[in-house]
Amino acid sequence: MHADEGTTPSSRKAALAAFAGLPSEPGVPKPDPILVVDKVVRRFGGLTAVNVDHVEIQRGSITALIGPNGAGKTTFFNQLTGFDTADAGEWTFNGRKMNGVPAHKVARHGMVRTFQLTKALSKLTVMENMRLGAQGQRGENFFNALIPSLWRGQEDEITERAEKLLARFKLDAKSEDFAGSLSGGQRKLLEMARALMVGPELVMLDEPMAGVNPALTQSLLGHVKDLREQGMTVLFVEHDMDMVRDISDWVIVMAQGAVISEGPPDTIMSDPRVIDAYLGAHHDAPLSAEELEEQLHEAEAELQAEAEGTPASTKEAAE
Amino acid sequence: MDWTTIFVTTVEAAIGLETVVYALAAIGINIQFGYTGLLNFGQAAFLGVAAYGLAVTVATFGLPFWLGIVIGLIATVILAFLLGIPTLQLRADYLAIVTIAAAEIVRLVFRSVAFKDVFGGSDGRQGFSDGFYALNPFPRGEYGIGPIGFNERVLWILVVGWILIVLACLLVYLLMKSPWGRVLKAIREDEDAVRSLGKSVFSYKMQSLVLGGVIGCLGGFVYALGNASVQPDVFGTELTFYAYTIVILGGAARVLGPVLGAAIFWVLLVFIGNTLSELVAAGYITFMTTTQVGPVRFMLVGLGLVLLLIFRPQGIFGDKREIAIDAR
Repeated sequence: MHADEGTTPSSRKAALAAFAGLPSEPGVPKPDPILVVDKVVRRFGGLTAVNVDHVEIQRGSITALIGPNGAGKTTFFNQLTGFDTADAGEWTFNGRKMNGVPAHKVARHGMVRTFQLTKALSKLTVMENMRLGAQGQRGENFFNALIPSLWRGQEDEITERAEKLLARFKLDAKSEDFAGSLSGGQRKLLEMARALMVGPELVMLDEPMAGVNPALTQSLLGHVKDLREQGMTVLFVEHDMDMVRDISDWVIVMAQGAVISEGPPDTIMSDPRVIDAYLGAHHDAPLSAEELEEQLHEAEAELQAEAEGTPASTKEAAE
Repeated sequence: MDWTTIFVTTVEAAIGLETVVYALAAIGINIQFGYTGLLNFGQAAFLGVAAYGLAVTVATFGLPFWLGIVIGLIATVILAFLLGIPTLQLRADYLAIVTIAAAEIVRLVFRSVAFKDVFGGSDGRQGFSDGFYALNPFPRGEYGIGPIGFNERVLWILVVGWILIVLACLLVYLLMKSPWGRVLKAIREDEDAVRSLGKSVFSYKMQSLVLGGVIGCLGGFVYALGNASVQPDVFGTELTFYAYTIVILGGAARVLGPVLGAAIFWVLLVFIGNTLSELVAAGYITFMTTTQVGPVRFMLVGLGLVLLLIFRPQGIFGDKREIAIDAR
């Protein structure tokens, strides 16, 4: 975390500069947002899984989305990428409205996601997995498919690009193996490499470290940082706080479907709202002097409000 | 024991009309199920709609043969869209439920009294194949090698049928080597992953359903023309399930799997049936009668399939490595 400060890459500096001086408030506006989300709501029966008022993702940064289990992170991801329909709300990607756009069109616009449970296409080879990611393939049209000369050239270009990516992800030795024969970590790498074949602007990674052994974690981290180097924006969901601190430029915290806090990674975990969300608002930790004082002020304010004739209960509801 | 008859009927079964019809039906299912993972349990309806499209156009309305073929093809495509549009956006099981029900609806409409004037009720339609046999280039006579032979009508339909099989296999071969086929196989593995890579899964599933239906419907034409008649009950659910059996027997997602599967399926049925009949007639088997041979041969073929699935689950042409992946 601190070891590489001397050699901080320029993209990281740029990203950090963009976040400098931003207040740690949920929904804080960013200087150059690639993704702007407004009032997205998703209910499952009586349960409100997602209720995000406003959130912006800074272009060219690595933004982490964290939160306790059941906070609605993955559901929120599904809304944004068209895999689930939001009940209300809208969001724009590069200024283009994306609500109601089907998943495959979201991907074509440059917003590509991976999945929490890796979706390697087991009975296709690693190379075929990669080729599938390329966009605008002439051979994917039924009639063109019958005339190989129409798509051979393009296929060779795609293969070349895929080989380069596989070499970067150290999967080149496996390129003719079935994807189903890869280990869990290799599948994560393959899924990320495949997503890059689409040529995305915004890469959305759903728990990229889940089930990856520690030896591979470092290389995965390097690859995620690399995405920012190449000018892509990364939004990822993660539980591993070490990873979040290590690579993210900005952290958004969700709890019970809502964004409760935002901020730089080194201070976000000391935010009382975040501690409350993870440990519960009334966890029985001994009170610090400031907290005691704060509670005192609250009580005083309540008393005063009551004296002025405003019932305390409505104030509580407003909170 | 008349081994010559057993031998002749077995060889004739290997290349005969049933094999051709079921091979075409199975090639269609192989595209849908083997490559795309779509559970179309209504393949019988696709064959039926094509066969009746031809028969009704020619026999009921007195229109030309080629128009009948065109109408049969159009009817098949319409059926594919009718089944696909409401179900292909849903989970895989919905297509299975809807297709199996639709196939029965189609069959019951064909045999209904209300439409007897059009479809001919349970007797079906006859007298529509003259246009086809008028094109027959083979002069009257018997053709064959030694005791194995067909008359000029059977030879003509078999030649046309096998040409259709070769063309269908060539089409499948070309498509499945192409990026188009790659998308289908990827959909079979995980459609959400394919969506996340910017492909319209619905559109590809629909193309697969239509293509599989159209290839299957060629089997419907061959059946109708080969028998010079159509009856509704031919297009029952067992036709679909035999076709599935054939696909699994030959090896799913293999170009030649369905063809070899169809030949083996019918050879086994005919060989076991005739051998048992001969054994019963000759008095070697005393615990059953010749009429019981029919059901027993299906039991034995079923037993054979169970053994196949235990010892060679990938089918005859399948790739063992693929099965190993599933077991992980």
